[in-house]
Formats: sequence, C-alpha cells, structure tokens
Amino acid sequence: MMPDRRIRVLVAKPGLDGHDRGAKIVARALRDAGMEVIYTGLRQTPEQIAVAALQEDVDAIGISILSGAHNTIVPRICQLLHAEGMQDVLVIVGGIIPDEDIPKLKEAGVSAVFQPGASTEMIVEFIRGHVKQTA
Amino acid sequence: MQKALKPGERNPGKGLPGRPEKFTTLSGVPVETLYTEADLKGFAYSRDLGDPGEFPFTRGIHSTMYQGKLWTMRQFSGFGSPGDTNRRLHYLLAQGQTGLSIAFDLPTLMGYDADHSLAEGEVGKCGVAVSSLADMETLLAGLPLEQVTTSMTINSPAAIVWAMYLVAAEKNGADWKKLSGTTQNDILKEYIAQKEYIFPPAPSMRLVVDSIVFSARETPRWNPISISGYHIREAGSTAVQELAFTLRDGIEYVEWVRRAGLAVDDFAPRLSFFFNSHNDLFEEVAKFRAARKIWARVMRERFGARDPRSWRCRFHTQTAGCSLTAQQPYNNMVRTTIQALAGVLGGSQSLHTNSLDEAWALPTEQTATLALRTQQVIAHESGVAGRVDPLAGSYFVEKLTLETERACYKYFEKIDALGGMVAAVEEGFPQREIHEAAYAYQKAVERREKIIVGVNAFASEEERPVDILVIDENVAKHQRQKLMELKKTRDNARVQSTLETLGGAASTDRNLMPYILECVRSYATLGEMCEVLRRVFGTYEEPAFR
Repeated sequence: MMPDRRIRVLVAKPGLDGHDRGAKIVARALRDAGMEVIYTGLRQTPEQIAVAALQEDVDAIGISILSGAHNTIVPRICQLLHAEGMQDVLVIVGGIIPDEDIPKLKEAGVSAVFQPGASTEMIVEFIRGHVKQTA
Repeated sequence: MQKALKPGERNPGKGLPGRPEKFTTLSGVPVETLYTEADLKGFAYSRDLGDPGEFPFTRGIHSTMYQGKLWTMRQFSGFGSPGDTNRRLHYLLAQGQTGLSIAFDLPTLMGYDADHSLAEGEVGKCGVAVSSLADMETLLAGLPLEQVTTSMTINSPAAIVWAMYLVAAEKNGADWKKLSGTTQNDILKEYIAQKEYIFPPAPSMRLVVDSIVFSARETPRWNPISISGYHIREAGSTAVQELAFTLRDGIEYVEWVRRAGLAVDDFAPRLSFFFNSHNDLFEEVAKFRAARKIWARVMRERFGARDPRSWRCRFHTQTAGCSLTAQQPYNNMVRTTIQALAGVLGGSQSLHTNSLDEAWALPTEQTATLALRTQQVIAHESGVAGRVDPLAGSYFVEKLTLETERACYKYFEKIDALGGMVAAVEEGFPQREIHEAAYAYQKAVERREKIIVGVNAFASEEERPVDILVIDENVAKHQRQKLMELKKTRDNARVQSTLETLGGAASTDRNLMPYILECVRSYATLGEMCEVLRRVFGTYEEPAFR
C-alpha cells in the first residue's frame, strides 16, 4: 500500500568535518527519487539532529560521517531519538565506516551502513523498502 | 577492418561493441579520435609555450627542471598525539622523504582545544592534535627546522598555528629568516569546498592578509599561503573548475594584499599553489601546464608584476584521494602511480602520493612507506625525471592545454562579473558549480558510463586484506590531561592580558600577527585565541543548500 505522503528524510552532517560531497549527492538523489529531503547543514550536534528530526517529523535519517568519530556520535543520536519516542524512524549511516564498527552501530539502532562505493540507487531502494510511515 | 583516419578527419562514429559511444576526459570534456597539426592552427611556440624557465612558463618554471633538482617528496602526515606524529616525521625523513607536511585533527582545524565538548570523538583522528605551544614543541622535537621545509595544512586558524611554529622554532634556536615551508592558509577554498571555516569571509581574509604581510617582512623564505585546488577537486569539481576557482582565488588574495598597501612584487614571489592529480593523465598534464601559463599572464598583465619570480606558478601536487576505492584497495597503488606520473610530467615542485588504504583510514607506516617508494621509483627508475616537459608538441596535449586555458578565462569573466571571489562564494556560485559536476559524475558512474575498476566493473568478493590504522581513544584523554596541567602551571595572569590585548587589536585594523605571537608565547591555547576572535569577528554559516 502506498502512503499518500511523500517519504521525508533528514540528511544530517554531525561532527566537525565539512566534507559534504556525499551528503549533498545523497540529498539530491533522494529528492530526484521523489522524497522530501531536509539537509541540516554542517556541524550539527546530536541534540540538534534529534530536534530537527522531531520537528520535521521525518521517516528516516541519513547520517553522513567521514571523520572516524562515528562510534561516539552515532550511538548518541540513536539514544536521543529513542528518548524522544522516535524508535520508528529509520536510521542509516553513510561514510568511511570500517566493517568492524558496523555491528556496534547496528546494535545502537542503525538499520544500514553504506560504505564508500555504494550507489545512490541502493540507498533509495533501501529507504523505500524499510521506512515505516505513519499514516 | 577500419580505414585509417586522414589528418583532420573526425570521429568516424561508434567503435566496436563494448566501447563507449563517445569519448571524453574524466571531467567530461569531449575528445576527438585523432589530433593533428590542423588542431593547432595559429599555435605559436614563443607565445603559447616558451622555453622552460621562460615566460609564460607553460613548459616549467625552471630551465632544467628535474635534471637540476628533483621535486620535493612531501608526504602528508599527522595522527594521534604530537608525540605519535613526531615519531612518524622522523621515520619518514629516515626513509628518504625530503620535506615535511603536517596534518592536523578536526578540532585543531576548527579552532577548538582537545578538551572542548565539540572535540569529543575527533581528537587525533584525522590528523595530529595541537592545542598549544607545548604541543607544537613536542611535535617538532629534534627536527632540523633550518634544513627541511615544513608544510602545514591549516586554514581558518592558520595565523595562530603558524605563530606556534615560529615560536617553537625560535626556542629551538632556528632563525626565522632561514625557516622555509608553507602554511596552507587558503580560506577561500574552505568556503568553496572543504568547509573548515570559522569566521565570516571579511575577517578571515584579513587574517590571511596579515600573515602574508608579516611573512613578507619577517620570514622571507616562507610561503605564507598555498592556494589550493586540491579540495575543490575532491569535492567533485572538474579539472577546469579546479584550475579556474584556484587561480581566481589567487587573484582575490593579490587584490586584498595590494589594498593592504604592499606592492605586488613584494609578496607575489612567495605565493604558492596546490593541485590535485586525478586519473586522466593527459587532462591533468594539460591542467598543470595551463596553470603556469595563465598565472604568468595574470601576474604580468592584470597586476603589472615586473619581477619574473612573481610570474611563476610554483605548486605542490597530491594524488586524488577521491579516486581511491575501498574495494580492491591494492588497485589504488596503480591509480596513485598514474596520478603521480601526471604530476611529474606536469612539472610539480613537490608531490604527495596517497597510500592504498586511505579510502578506509589514515595510512599505516607500511602503506605510507610504499607510497613514498612509488615516487622514488618514478624519480630514479622511470626516466621521466630526466626530461623537461616531454609531452610538449603533442597535438593532443597542446590542444587540451589551450582548451583548458580558454575555459578557465571564461570562469574568470563570470566571477569578475559577480564582483570577485568573496562575492561569488557568498552567493554560492562555485559551490553550486562543483555540486552539479559531482552529481553528474556520480550519475555517470551509476550508469556505468564511467568505469571504476573493482566498484562498478570487475568487482570481486575478495577479503579486504589491509590492516587499518586505529587511533587509540587514550590520545584524547592524554591531550586533555596535558591541557589541564598546562593551565595549572602557566602564568594565567599573563595569558589573560595577552588575550585581552589580542581582542582589542582585532577590533582595529592593526596587523594581528604580533599579538597572536604574544599569546602563543604566554602559552594561551588555540581554543582561547579563537574564542577571543569569534567574539570580535562572529562565525560563518554557509548559504542553505536547496
């Protein structure tokens, strides 16, 4: 059953890193695929990201992180989402994430990790297939 | 069998099955099947090339190039604590590296100390953590600073980190007049591409101008800026955009420093550049050659520079990090070799070759050594270092150089019409152009119009065989501890007074370098100085991405 509302995605760029090529390409690809995309801009704290997710009432959050700080930052974002009752929001991560860090991120609540070389098509398909939209 | 092409005959149509329908450079510039003398009508040796070492320097800035002196092998390095990086720098010198290049971690790049809440998870990760003069002293311990040249990749807080270097060198007994090296200090490309900015453009430009003016007086062998296209390319630009935005940034800096009262020949000889070298060998060589030619013209004609040293575009090259793949990482060695070769054939003054594991992490000692060996093989075994501009006269390379030059001047016209680079950045123009190019490239890869071996073709399920460098989380604890001790033992009254004086000077138009140096000498931290400047200058948010 297709929901009436378009899928809403928050593309978030936490941490101090400014390399936003990937985040912007993903944001654009999701838009081209018909989703509504809100891009946080750079250097958002986990708290700011959780607040934006709540206010924008998003179905999914894509976190772009390339600096190696994912083990600290991503679990905190997940915790804050849970605390705000947003456990249904799909969380995906893209960036330079070594294989060995993936289990821990999944345990924290991340549904999928997209590593270097992932295509925008894979990301679009994953979101479409896994997002839980409230009517 | 296909008929042989006659000179001047164009693309005969589709090739055999499996070949692309149309051929372009990596950046999407269409290329013909064959180039002949018909492509170079009106080409004039003395105007378009000139001998090596002669205006317009298309063929190189020195007459004998690498026969006279090899490029500097300068591997970018920095991770963990200042002690960790100090050991790596000593190791690299022992392996035959000829110049130093220091990478700082994100908190340092953004002007935060290791104990700031925003530094959490980032200390020592992407580079070395430096919060104070004490860290800089550890970082440089035992290095022969009057003999080696040191490059530091630092931008928004460049004036502060450079001041730390100068004071640490002075304490080591080195003479400022003999210090040689480079601070990247290129804030415009931060707004355009890498986005490690702190302050708004105007006060940021003032810090750059202050350091260039100070350097012209106090450190005659220092390059106070490295005007960088590297990050522009990494953000997804084309080769032409990389070249055009970088050289237009250079024009902007020259205009600002001249407005501060310096004559062009008093500082232009110390301006240096930094380019990316990607996979398309000929496109890159054409870009490097065009860079020298355009800059020489700009300096002589647009700015009236008289000193031939002002006309020379000296540049560092780094192989393209964005070309490295996480899949089949050993292929990256091959990519890096081709890119390094382009850098050498293009006449770079110094070169960094990436390590094969850098799509995953900072390099290990083993992969960093292999990257250095790649340069040594090119320098000593391939024979290319014995020839000056060996691709000159190739119909294709000359034509591509001319086309690159023309496309670059078109961008200059657009940016001039927008009111210069600062205005163009505030309007989001270069950012948009780069994003469009990056998106088009991504789409081309996904449609398999561009092949990336191991990613969208020839993929395999092989194990990732590389060991990755992992930064110990204890580095952050150690650095925080060190800061706590520093703040207990330094003369805090003196720190307060130097910081207040800096804040006062920041609200005037005085050169800030002497004030920053006083803060550094009192062991005020990077974060404390940046906080003072944030209060006076404010901070920058980029225009929203729609």
